[in-house]
Amino acid sequence: MEKPLDNSRRDFLKTGILTAAATAAGLGAIDALSKTESASSGEKVKLLAPDGQIVEVDKSDINHILPDFPVENHIREGVAGKKFVMVIDLSRCKNAGKCRKACSKMHYLPEGRSFVKIERMQDAETTAPYWMPMTCFHCDNPPCTKVCPVDATFKLTDGRVAIDNTRCIGCRFCMVACPYSARVFNWGDELLAMSKENLEGIKEHAACSSHVIGTVEKCDFCPHKAKNNELPDCVTACPNGVFYFGDELEDVVSNGDETVRLSELIKEKAGYRFLEELGTKPRVYYLPPANRQFPFKEMPLDSIR
Amino acid sequence: MENEKNQDVRMKELLVDLMPKKFDRQGQIWVVFLVLVMGLGLFAYIRQLKHGLIVTDMRDYTSWGIYISNFVFFVAISLVGSLVSAILKLTNVPWRTPLVRISEIIAVSAILFAAIIIIVDMGRPERFWHLFVYGRIQSPILWDVIVITTYLTISVLLLYIPMLPDLAICRDSMVGVPKWRRKLYKMLALNWQGNKKQYAIMNRSIQILAVLIIPLAFSIHTVTSWLFATTYRAGWDSTNFGPYFISGAFMVGAGAVIAVMYVLRNHYRLEKYITHRHFDNMGKLLVLLSLVYLYFNINEYLVPAFKMKELEGAHLRELFSGHYAPMFWSVQIFGMCVPIVVLLFKKGRRPLPLFIISIMVVVGAWFKRFLIVTPTLLHPFIPIQNVPLSWTRYFPTWEEWAITSASLAGALLVITLFVRLFPIIPIWEVAEEQNISHELIIKPVQ
Repeated sequence: MEKPLDNSRRDFLKTGILTAAATAAGLGAIDALSKTESASSGEKVKLLAPDGQIVEVDKSDINHILPDFPVENHIREGVAGKKFVMVIDLSRCKNAGKCRKACSKMHYLPEGRSFVKIERMQDAETTAPYWMPMTCFHCDNPPCTKVCPVDATFKLTDGRVAIDNTRCIGCRFCMVACPYSARVFNWGDELLAMSKENLEGIKEHAACSSHVIGTVEKCDFCPHKAKNNELPDCVTACPNGVFYFGDELEDVVSNGDETVRLSELIKEKAGYRFLEELGTKPRVYYLPPANRQFPFKEMPLDSIR
Repeated sequence: MENEKNQDVRMKELLVDLMPKKFDRQGQIWVVFLVLVMGLGLFAYIRQLKHGLIVTDMRDYTSWGIYISNFVFFVAISLVGSLVSAILKLTNVPWRTPLVRISEIIAVSAILFAAIIIIVDMGRPERFWHLFVYGRIQSPILWDVIVITTYLTISVLLLYIPMLPDLAICRDSMVGVPKWRRKLYKMLALNWQGNKKQYAIMNRSIQILAVLIIPLAFSIHTVTSWLFATTYRAGWDSTNFGPYFISGAFMVGAGAVIAVMYVLRNHYRLEKYITHRHFDNMGKLLVLLSLVYLYFNINEYLVPAFKMKELEGAHLRELFSGHYAPMFWSVQIFGMCVPIVVLLFKKGRRPLPLFIISIMVVVGAWFKRFLIVTPTLLHPFIPIQNVPLSWTRYFPTWEEWAITSASLAGALLVITLFVRLFPIIPIWEVAEEQNISHELIIKPVQ
């Protein structure tokens, strides 16, 4: 098992930002930090040095150089200096459904509609069934953006696949192109939002999918949360720590309780990507449903293939 | 001099037989019927514009429905224009003359309504212009937009340019018609005088267009097949899709020409011009095209069925013995196998049996497109779960049927009105075949 870097810190992203600052400054900056010990505040902060070592420096020594975040509605700009990534631990999922509800709530989706799915999977008749939560995989070779005729869905520098709902013509080619059925369509009012009254006065999330009838939507990795150094709602809502979210560049992911190294986690727990043979290069990894935390309990599903 | 008199008599005969005629009672009822169907479709489309695509039965899994399969059907039928006016022309098939304009107007109206129905399918039709402003050339949809507009242009030219002498005949000999029609003929005839130079330019243009349209026809339907084949879906993920679509398109196109020529022949008493020989030859052509299509069907279904890969297998089981089996086998048997068997016999190629077979081919082809588009969407890589049960099936709503019927009615109305206004059988070409001199064609005696 991966040794957590810092269990106490839920807000791993802050560390990440400081790391980015440290990385940007380079080793010279760390040298400079050590030379100005006189103005010490006494409070220490852990930093990830460029060579992978964790170093502790005084808080007052750090210049808060924040990377540029997308301005409101700049839907085509990724969060600078990030490569978002997700790890889903199948051994921990018991289909509690909290991620789905949290997602619906966060995106003002009506009852039962969510960008997260929890699938009952069973690879063969003789193998054990398991629950498999799915978000958009934000593939690095996305079949959906390839087919879009008007550049309404696109890959961002931070790894996300985003949608411009003011551009989308509603041809739904991306929906049939996505092998994971991650995309949903705004067919009509009743599927659009919780209710008109609930939506009134609520500002649409900046850089987030906006509900436009006749256009496509999907999981967006909650960029407005990432912008504020927070985890997506599905991650924090999960009572079992199934979802890890983080940054591939820093090699760090967190499920809210523990913050771990992405590469170590995948190595230790035999992480894999779903349908790797399709070559879509998903940014969502799965940890196999081995050594399960919960026994599998059948639950009613509306329909099963 | 004697010879010229004979020619003159024959030319007059041609004009009596082939000039556009007023609708009789049947024709009027037919037009009213088509307009009513279109009106209902328009009403349904207004509802769709108001409420969104929620009025259809398409949902997140079945995200393409009969609009798309109807689009593929239209594109398929339109290929017949290139078959008769280009392939049969370049191979010097002598009996094609009376069928050229029929097939070309079928092509033009079909491709026109293919373009319309694809706009109907869009969630945001008012953003259609985005395709031209933000178009990504990497997307197969853009390829389709480019090929369809080019194919439409060339098809219209291939309909129009060989019509010039006939338009001049209309201009010169239809004096009793309303002023707007005389103006129309005059404008469209482009000052055609029928001299040697004009004929030379026209024949050269037709020759060039006929060569151009063949690769275009192949492109348009190959690209349409790629809308499916470029995805990962079971049933679509096939390298066979291009030729499979094209062979099916030529087959349904030939069926459509036979159906229309039968109706026109009976209604306008054109037995002298559309003879048993034409039906016999078209029947032979149709059986050849059906055999080619059968070959690609065997490739398309037998090879994956031999392996029965997990998803592909689920999809094929649904077609062979599951929910879609009745439709699948009806289409394959009555839309392909029975026509092949019947048309192998000379008696089966006589007008009436051939007409019935051609209707079977066309109707079968429409449902075949449905079977290509929808069942695949019900077998995604991940199981369909946690959605309302109705989302796991697809049965078009009345709005979808109404809009689709309206598009079919619209295509038929375009053909009907064309026949009302213009000679559907090329008078000048028939005259040429009867050795009537060009001077007499253009200057008919009143």
